[in-house]
Amino acid sequence: MPGELTHSLWVVTLETLYMTSVATVLVVLAGLPLGVLLVLTDRGGLWERPGLHRVLGTFVNVGRSVPFIILMVAIVPLTRLLVGTTIGTTAAIVPLVVAAIPFMGRVVEQGLREVDSGLVEAAIAMGSTHRRVIVRVLLPEALPSLVRGTALVVISLLGYSAMAGAVGGGGLGDLAVKYGYMRFRTDVMLGCLAVLLALVQLVQWLGDGVASRFDHTSPHSRRAHD
Amino acid sequence: MIELRGISKVYRQGGREVSALQDVSLRVDPGEVFGVLGQSGAGKSTLIRCVNLLERPTQGRVRVNGKELLSLSPEELRLARQGIGMIFQHFNLFSSQTVAANVAYPLEVAGLPREQIRARVAELLALVGLSDKADTYPARLSGGQKQRVGIARALAPRPRILLSDEATSSLDPETTRSVLALLRDLNRQLGLTILLITHQMEVVKAICDTVAVLEQGRLVEQGKVVELLSRPGSHLHGLCYPPFTTGESAVLRGGQRVELSLSGEHSTRPILSTLARRFDVDAHLLEGSLERVGEARVGRLLFELTGAPDAVSQALAFLREQGLTSEEAAHAW
Repeated sequence: MPGELTHSLWVVTLETLYMTSVATVLVVLAGLPLGVLLVLTDRGGLWERPGLHRVLGTFVNVGRSVPFIILMVAIVPLTRLLVGTTIGTTAAIVPLVVAAIPFMGRVVEQGLREVDSGLVEAAIAMGSTHRRVIVRVLLPEALPSLVRGTALVVISLLGYSAMAGAVGGGGLGDLAVKYGYMRFRTDVMLGCLAVLLALVQLVQWLGDGVASRFDHTSPHSRRAHD
Repeated sequence: MIELRGISKVYRQGGREVSALQDVSLRVDPGEVFGVLGQSGAGKSTLIRCVNLLERPTQGRVRVNGKELLSLSPEELRLARQGIGMIFQHFNLFSSQTVAANVAYPLEVAGLPREQIRARVAELLALVGLSDKADTYPARLSGGQKQRVGIARALAPRPRILLSDEATSSLDPETTRSVLALLRDLNRQLGLTILLITHQMEVVKAICDTVAVLEQGRLVEQGKVVELLSRPGSHLHGLCYPPFTTGESAVLRGGQRVELSLSGEHSTRPILSTLARRFDVDAHLLEGSLERVGEARVGRLLFELTGAPDAVSQALAFLREQGLTSEEAAHAW
């Protein structure tokens, strides 16, 4: 039995990793431009478009306020259209991505807003194109907080994926509900929890590590004199 | 080189209109260091940002390097900006990039080949004395070093104009002096035209040839620093020399209180000993200062003149004749 349990845990962990990592890639690809657009189109932004900004903002707010479990059911037709089925790990990726894009958009927006507006001003004064301001100034300056924010998004994707698993998506959530809960297998439940905990810790640790690697804002050896 | 004509700027703030600049006109000649002096909130920042159109004036004309900036297309404006360097109070260096990459940035914007960029960056870092900091990140530098990087970055594409937005305001006095000396050298060696804004009289006295005084969005005065400082009654004189703190009670000997304004040739003549020899009077110094401003010396002196009443009034007449005292200042107290 312990051998079998370990095997099942291994399989569902791989399923969870699959769902989360594919979803993360798609979420970053979509959330990054969304966040950039949110900042650019805002009042006082480089590409002020109040109408578009309001539309994007509303989309993000609506997306973020729908509970995941409801969103998952609500977009079933979309999932079927894209994947051909609504059951299984691949099908679970669709609601994961849809749920996390608005979150990622806000994370990116937040990170970009933290960049000192003086740096943008300096870049403009040097004759930069808007494109260069975004690619060479805004994104690199925001990189540490973008990495930290992405870790946050990945952690909530892990949580969402467990929820998706509970309704037929596979993964750790599936195992925990079917065996740990319904068949009173406390050992399975604890195993699933331990793996989830470890994954969250790992993502957090990786995020912090990579972020501080890119963070050059603190003086490590301050010099007193000119 | 820079010509602002009839510049006004109105901001809309929560439905209300706030006027930051009203009908400001000024002209900066090639090779000149031009200072705009004003308190915070006077509109200095807005004014300097109108020169490279970081702010677009509501009204007026902006002519820089022979181009009407307001009539340029966005692309032309971008190119024009490459010919106008700018440095900032908070340096505005890119924290995610090394010193060398910061200095290289405007050269990339200008589309220079990699090899030329590398050579030019090395040259600039040597110019500002930071060759050993090329691979350091800005956070590790002192304020003065950061501003030197800012200067190197601004000068990288060889602009003929440098705009300085309170560049020394967050530096300590000693560092301020060294950064000002660097700007003065660059002005002389490269013929760089500098337009700076500041709230520090020291900056104006240290490096400006010409000054404009800005108060509540209006220019109240404009002229050569030395001339304005040697003219009691000018705004600049008033700002630089607040009333003497030595009051009437300090005139203890029953003599005549005299205020002298010293500038130009007067500042080098032996006035007090001349008075003593010719009129048999004594001068008791109470307060005063004399300092170099550019190539000239300006200052003022408060003293008490004692002696026979006739002698004292003759001495006063002499000072007046020489144009050293204003009538007002020579009144008997």
